[in-house]
Amino acid sequence: MTSKIAMRILTAIVALIFLVSWITRSGSGMSDSAFTNVRDGFLITFAVFLTLSIFSFLYRDNPFYKFAESLYVGISAGYWMSYGFWSTIVGNFVPRASRSLSEFFHVPYQERADHILIYIPIIFGLILLTRLLPKIGWLSRWSLAFIIGATAGLNLTRYLRSDFISQVSNSFIPLFVDWKGAGDFVSHISLAADGQFIAILSNWVIFVGVMCGLVYFFFSKEHKGAFGVASRIGIWILMITFGASFGYTVMGRISLLVGRITFLFGDWLNIL
Amino acid sequence: MGLIISAVVIGGGLLWMLYLSIKGQDVDRRIVYVFVGATVALAIIFRLEFGEVATPIVKSVFDKIENLPAGSKIVLSYDFDPAMAPEVNPMANAFIRHILEKKHRLYFMSLWATGQSLLSVSLNDVLKPEFPDAKYGVDYCNLGYKAGNEGVLNVVITNFRKMFPSDANGNSLDSLPMFKDVESLKDMDLLISVGGGKPGVKEWILFAGDPGKVAMAGGSAAVSAPLLYPYWPRQLIGLLGGTKGAAEYEAELIKTYPRFKDKSMPALRMMGPQTMAHVVIIAFIVIGNVAYFRSRKKGGQL
Repeated sequence: MTSKIAMRILTAIVALIFLVSWITRSGSGMSDSAFTNVRDGFLITFAVFLTLSIFSFLYRDNPFYKFAESLYVGISAGYWMSYGFWSTIVGNFVPRASRSLSEFFHVPYQERADHILIYIPIIFGLILLTRLLPKIGWLSRWSLAFIIGATAGLNLTRYLRSDFISQVSNSFIPLFVDWKGAGDFVSHISLAADGQFIAILSNWVIFVGVMCGLVYFFFSKEHKGAFGVASRIGIWILMITFGASFGYTVMGRISLLVGRITFLFGDWLNIL
Repeated sequence: MGLIISAVVIGGGLLWMLYLSIKGQDVDRRIVYVFVGATVALAIIFRLEFGEVATPIVKSVFDKIENLPAGSKIVLSYDFDPAMAPEVNPMANAFIRHILEKKHRLYFMSLWATGQSLLSVSLNDVLKPEFPDAKYGVDYCNLGYKAGNEGVLNVVITNFRKMFPSDANGNSLDSLPMFKDVESLKDMDLLISVGGGKPGVKEWILFAGDPGKVAMAGGSAAVSAPLLYPYWPRQLIGLLGGTKGAAEYEAELIKTYPRFKDKSMPALRMMGPQTMAHVVIIAFIVIGNVAYFRSRKKGGQL
């Protein structure tokens, strides 16, 4: 009972802050139109409310967070669906299907003989929706089979070429970049990022990292002796890679926090 | 002054937490959240900024755009959503400024539905006010979003018009002067994808850059940047990784074209809070380890 009253008081306080913010933001609008100022004031205030609602999860789960989360999921689904309709159905199908429909949607009609082919994906798309009807839901498997088969076929060739053959090729790098002898190397040694020393060092790190990483995943031989040492270096390389990835992830998350706080201080409170 | 105040507040807080940890008291996770938030807020309020210098992987993208002859054809794909925007939008805006400053032709497109809306923001906030002479259809055009992920690239690598009968505004591609000598992505001089998810830079390399043998550059959210470095320098001429990459590009742009100094350069501004937050996180790791080793020495458990 007490928590219900506390929740109602909290909701009333949030609503009051929201209202005050809306009025204040509408009053300080830059546009000559009162309607635009009121609208912009509402949008900024609502964005602030959603931002703070999401942040509130850091304290603990609560109804404001749930509301913001559900709104985000719902709007995202609707947004993608409507864009899919306007970009693909109206953008690609209508101009090839009918002149009158093209005129209705204000897209240029394309008159070509091979347009009959566009009905194949339309049919596949429609039978995908038969999942909604249990009796003929099995028809949707044809579409799924086509999607999976086509995607697997396309990815197999592209990944094999770019992620396997090209990556193996990329690993064949000179271990002594621009080598003109030890004397020349020592006399020109520098720590410049584009210098010879750093280039040689980078290539050696890649070479040793790839070799030792591969050794770590070679399980047909016991990891002992020199093989064991290489395997141990391999796992160190993997750990450093994971650490670097995590560091990048932290940077990404901090950037999002900076973006939100900049919005709160700049667009809402106007203190920047 | 701001740096001193921030250092005193943050340093004081960290010492207090170190003291609590050494005494064996728990530090609530919510205090850590507040601390990181306050650090970022202080750095934003006091506008802490640190100098940036372009590293080779960023400089190579800049040099490529810089050295292309005027009128070169460049695709810029907005493959991101609002969640990634604080990181990658500054990259996209910097690319727009640089490309149009060099008088190249800019072809916008998007493999993410959300990218098209964010592209509209860039057009209204950056392109139109800063380059009022740039003509639609001649200097730049917006092909918009098309569903199909890498399937879209698989088609436009051989024929643009099959996938894009019209641009985002409903104009036939044949009516745009800048499409007169363009049949497919292979006719482009440079492809740039700015994103961080799927489809993104990786799909552009696999389905456009590599098969079409077209120079490919990328801007990526920090989360996915480490996965893209192996493609550099042979499959990817350069990469802007996270806010740091964007800030380096902005710094290089300002150095070469000082007229952009007064324009909004959000990535450079973000690096101050970013650096301070990293320092605090490193300090937390140190404090945590100090507490751990002290408790182990005493034979206790954390």
